Amino acid sequence: MQLTFNKPTGTPATDSGSSLVDLRCGQTAVLELLEVPEDLGRRLMELGFFPGSDVVAAGCAPGGDPRVYRVDGSEIALRKETASLLKIQAGSIRTLVTTKSPSSHS
Amino acid sequence: MSAGDSCHDLAADPSSAAKLDPAVRSTRHYVALVGPPNAGKTTLFNRLTGLRQKVANFPGVTVEYHVGKVRATSGREVFLIDLPGIYSLHPRSEDEEVTRDVLTGAKPDLGLPDAVVLILDATNLHRHLLLAAPILSLGLPTLVVLNMADDLAARGGSVDPAALAAQLGSPVALISAASGEGVDKVLQFLNGSSARPPATAKRVEFPILQDLPGCRRWAGQVGQQSGYNAPAPPLWTRRLDSLFLHPFIGPLTFLAVVVAVFQTIFSGAKPLMDGVETAIATSGNWIGAAIPDGVLRGFVIDGIWAGVGSVLIFLPQILLLFLFIGILEDSGYLARAALIADRTMALVGLQGKAFIPLLSAYACAVPAIMATRSIENKRDRLATILIAPFMTCSARLPIYLLVIAAFVPDQPLLGPLLGTQTAAMLGLYVLGFVAAIATAQLLRSTVLRRQQSVFVLELPPYRMPNIRSLFLRLYDRAVVFLKRAGTVILLVSACLWVLAHLPYENGQPAKLEQSYAGQIGHLVEPAIRPLGFNWKIGVGLITSLAAREVIIGTLGTIYGIENADKDSVSLQQALRQDLSPAAAASLLVFFAFAMQCFSTVAVVRRETGSWFWPSVQFIYMTVFAYLSAWGTYLFLNR
Repeated sequence: MQLTFNKPTGTPATDSGSSLVDLRCGQTAVLELLEVPEDLGRRLMELGFFPGSDVVAAGCAPGGDPRVYRVDGSEIALRKETASLLKIQAGSIRTLVTTKSPSSHS
Repeated sequence: MSAGDSCHDLAADPSSAAKLDPAVRSTRHYVALVGPPNAGKTTLFNRLTGLRQKVANFPGVTVEYHVGKVRATSGREVFLIDLPGIYSLHPRSEDEEVTRDVLTGAKPDLGLPDAVVLILDATNLHRHLLLAAPILSLGLPTLVVLNMADDLAARGGSVDPAALAAQLGSPVALISAASGEGVDKVLQFLNGSSARPPATAKRVEFPILQDLPGCRRWAGQVGQQSGYNAPAPPLWTRRLDSLFLHPFIGPLTFLAVVVAVFQTIFSGAKPLMDGVETAIATSGNWIGAAIPDGVLRGFVIDGIWAGVGSVLIFLPQILLLFLFIGILEDSGYLARAALIADRTMALVGLQGKAFIPLLSAYACAVPAIMATRSIENKRDRLATILIAPFMTCSARLPIYLLVIAAFVPDQPLLGPLLGTQTAAMLGLYVLGFVAAIATAQLLRSTVLRRQQSVFVLELPPYRMPNIRSLFLRLYDRAVVFLKRAGTVILLVSACLWVLAHLPYENGQPAKLEQSYAGQIGHLVEPAIRPLGFNWKIGVGLITSLAAREVIIGTLGTIYGIENADKDSVSLQQALRQDLSPAAAASLLVFFAFAMQCFSTVAVVRRETGSWFWPSVQFIYMTVFAYLSAWGTYLFLNR
């Protein structure tokens, strides 16, 4: 994996309401809960959004919405309103630093 | 009760459904090709079936898919069905439903497939293995194909197919559908020589399918035990995305791509068009020389040849347009375009995914309307179907090109990049798009009120478009176009020529204006006079109700008869004598908005399940076209 972790950044999310929307580009967090209707939750899981997965905010469309998230080897675009329903574990936000050395994916 | 009397109507193409006829099921094997979206299914399908494929109807449903005969190495006839991409056997959209039904044998006329080819992306194996559990649990003979082997190796990943086969209890083939590497293993499977699982196979325990996190853990374990080494992330995709999704460069790139496409259609196709025109003129002369002077020669040359030929000239441009759309689609750029478009689409209550069928509607509304099946929300889907025919399809190209070439002087606007003719063309494309968006907004605030829909879109890595697939698509399109020129347009031209020469008076054919065709034209003239059209255009408008490009053939025939004695007067010159510039603009506007296409009406009828929506759509678009053309004419004639 070409991504290494920094120490958790200064402002850990303290309120339990943090979601994927709160990630800035290049930040990663651990998904905790999908607060979405069942069939949407199923589709999101089929795309890799499981509770416990690492999700990286990879970018966004020009204008900031929808956002692009990198999860389980794929890039998935979600609107902000959907991303705000995918809650992340408190204090799990980290900032990624890109390095050039490729190594294996876990 | 009996399965035998279930009667389903066959679609327009009678040759299509025969392949899946239950009567021949016992002697033919059919194999379902399934996989998640973007696994390279269609590329493999094209590689295995080449030109031996056709569109078929699944019995009992109105859904069309490609069925292809596999290159056989044994005596057995094997047909491969290209099923829509799925993530699981829990469908969210109508085409996913079809895939599930075929795989579970829920289509009684079809029964279970004899075998399944499950294609997965080797560069994203863990997630794609999620689909392996439900598919393999079906218990059908299955070959697991790991595609993108070259990409996996290039990015430093690896996997042991034999170990994976042991884990899954099914044969596994590591291939690259794009380069053809390993495809012979798939052929072997299809021809029955390696349909059995490897001898070492143990009983495989599949996870409980309802427990998705459990399935994902299972997939992870299977991958690990198969020595799967995930590849490095696709760096090129990230580099390109930082460009194409850039806040400023992104939209600019999109605009530049669109302008380049249209400029090429105008200037790049010119030599090809000239070639086709020369070929038609030369062949017309040959045929003319072979036929004695008289009624028959007039019928063949001024009637049929002028009519069909004037449409054939546009084949190169239509193929170029399809080529560009194919490249955008296959390279992965279209998904980015959908992402960029999502915010704009959200303003009118649609979502970015609707952008993909709408963009392909620039080629043709019929496949676009079928592509709306991937939109999960039913109201979204209906709205997209209703607005798709406003997008400027390739059948409008001939009349646009003709009128623009006749009335817009070609001058550079932005140096060599953008000419006035290209700008006029772009304007018409924008006009169609604006009408579509306005209609979507109207639908949202009236009949199709709905909450915001969910947008979930996977962005596949960028890939080099496959030349074979592109070629097959163009070939398909050329066949459709030539078929239409050889049937509908030929028939209309022939009938028109006859109508333009009757009634006979004193052994002489009637003058064009007094002929039956002329009389029909005069009959509708009062209705179209406000738009600036005369009776000749009126005849063209009537014949083009079936298909837009027919107007070119009709005008070709009419002017062919009118100017039969002169040295060839080009359609452009003839049109300039008949239309004022304001009327030309009004004609363009009319064609931009009117729903002159039987195929589209038929496909909307099929996809919406009743005549209600196609009727509403037809009336709405016709009224809209008439009023807009009228307004344009009045405005320009102030």
